[in-house]
Amino acid sequence: MTAVLAHPELGTEATPRVRLAAEQVRLAYGENVVVDSLDLDLVDGSFTAIVGPNGCGKSTLLRALGRLLRPTSGQVVLDGKPIAKTPTRDVARVLGLLPQTPIAPEGLTVADLVARGRHPHQSWLRQWSRDDEAVVAEALRWTDMLDLADRPVDALSGGQRQRAWISMALAQGTDLLLLDEPTTYLDLSHQIDVLELVARLHAERGRTVAVVLHDLNLAARYAQRLVAMKDGVLVASGTPAEVLTEQLLDEVFDLEARVIEDPVSGTPMVVPVRRLR
Amino acid sequence: MTAGGSITTRSTPQHVDKRRTVRIGPLSGVVRTRQLLLPVVAAIALVLVSAVSIGRGDYPIGLLDVLRTLVGAGDQTQQFIITELRAPRIVVGALVGLALGLSGALIQTFARNPLASPDTLGINAGASAAAVAVIVLGGGSSAAAGLLGGLGLQVAALIGALLTALLIFVLAWDKGVDGYRLVLVGIGLGAVGYAVVDWLLTRSDITDAAAATVWLTGSLNARTWDQAWPLALALLVLVPVALALSRVLGVLQFGEDTARALGIRVGRAQATVVLVAVCLAAAAVAAAGPVQFVALVVPQVAVRLAGGSRPPLLASGLLGALLVVGADLLARTVLPVALPVGIVTAVIGAPYLLWLLVRGRRSIT
Repeated sequence: MTAVLAHPELGTEATPRVRLAAEQVRLAYGENVVVDSLDLDLVDGSFTAIVGPNGCGKSTLLRALGRLLRPTSGQVVLDGKPIAKTPTRDVARVLGLLPQTPIAPEGLTVADLVARGRHPHQSWLRQWSRDDEAVVAEALRWTDMLDLADRPVDALSGGQRQRAWISMALAQGTDLLLLDEPTTYLDLSHQIDVLELVARLHAERGRTVAVVLHDLNLAARYAQRLVAMKDGVLVASGTPAEVLTEQLLDEVFDLEARVIEDPVSGTPMVVPVRRLR
Repeated sequence: MTAGGSITTRSTPQHVDKRRTVRIGPLSGVVRTRQLLLPVVAAIALVLVSAVSIGRGDYPIGLLDVLRTLVGAGDQTQQFIITELRAPRIVVGALVGLALGLSGALIQTFARNPLASPDTLGINAGASAAAVAVIVLGGGSSAAAGLLGGLGLQVAALIGALLTALLIFVLAWDKGVDGYRLVLVGIGLGAVGYAVVDWLLTRSDITDAAAATVWLTGSLNARTWDQAWPLALALLVLVPVALALSRVLGVLQFGEDTARALGIRVGRAQATVVLVAVCLAAAAVAAAGPVQFVALVVPQVAVRLAGGSRPPLLASGLLGALLVVGADLLARTVLPVALPVGIVTAVIGAPYLLWLLVRGRRSIT
């Protein structure tokens, strides 16, 4: 387990503020330790993709960052405060999270789904303010879902459904957004569609984004920073070009591969040769 | 990304959909016509059916006289017959239906499973085991007959229901309550409860067995204000709490991860929902015995009438009350033999359940 790059942060100007950090976290399901002594910083305005082979603990890490899983030791820190000690409602106004396969109740319309994103901003007396309506309308428009607002979520195609969920996350109005494999079960063009949307959230809306992705080439194309994990350990972190090397693919994915330049985006592109070991 | 199919007209970005909004000062909410209308219609129907039901009996009283007496303007004989003899039965029936409808709506929404209800969760079975134990082991048929009118049986059923609920909680809890786990644990405990009932019945004498059987089908016979008041007091606390849970339930429906991401304290919210639902069911079963299928069927009827993605709470409660009072009226008047209300609700409920099952899986995940 060699660290390819210790701690590369963006630019040389004043260090950007760390929004979300895992500090020496140890994550376990019962006796089974999945992640051990892991450190990770997400700085303001960054777009990070977490990659690694199946079972490496990347989704587990994301769940811990989103306080869905409590570390058995170490802590997750949001804006300088331990996330476990911050009221969950306050966290929900700053940090949004889209689970891997979210469940929409049958019969729920897209508008109702997206409106549910306002929950952390509402109270029993204040259930649907002008603000809520404007934000939800904007979220629907922005994700191009306004025309489908009255449709039940279960009647949508996979790609549309994922857009609806992203729209909900957008309506939640959080600075930080964590997405767990948002492209699962989508065909390539819808994968691109979803990632373009996430990239626009980052670029145009200034969201700090962390996403767990399986596809290395798409991760390299859309994210500014890649984090590679193996067996619950953070192996490499840096720009896509720094992380996606032939040596790393060998180490982390047991893969012999060539890395070439993506002719479209100029980012590294992995061409697999064969599985090693 | 194409929309495909019929496309609704594009609304202005200020309006999300066709929902109507109410905003008064700092208060705001969404008004959905069907969801608002259903409880109103159900409440009116409930009052009318109750009034008809009160009027029917060995001494018939006209609908107008019933209504006049209820507002305090009837003659003394009618006053006595209505408030002392007949009203308690109807009130207990309505409150039991209200409690069961609400309880079913809470559990079904929470478990995301239309087959989850106090019936399938074993709460009725636990109450039945305790009540039948009191009847059979309580020493002789005369004692049992005395208890039937008194509070002993009611208290026993309540304790049985709450103990079962506690067991369900302990067995189903795993850093939160999973809907499936809850239903499976409930079915297991229900089987144990009814096994105890069967065992008790086989070793009881015929009078006790008959008394137990009437209780087991759910009956409003011989109900007095003694049953109505404790139930009314319990509902006075539980119903507002249940209605206040509506907003949280709407988010819990998304599953634990999304609910937590939206700022819900999931464990606490789940515990509250299940606790309120279980207490409602326990209060109902203590007052009238296990009236079958109301909690299972009514929320599913309500959601189909009102639209939306989950059973509306208030409408489920009122429709539950309407079903029980209406079934009791049918049982007492239309049918040749006066049957316990539980049989009629089951006769209406069971075919509906079958229809639900035949229609295939609905909102399981």
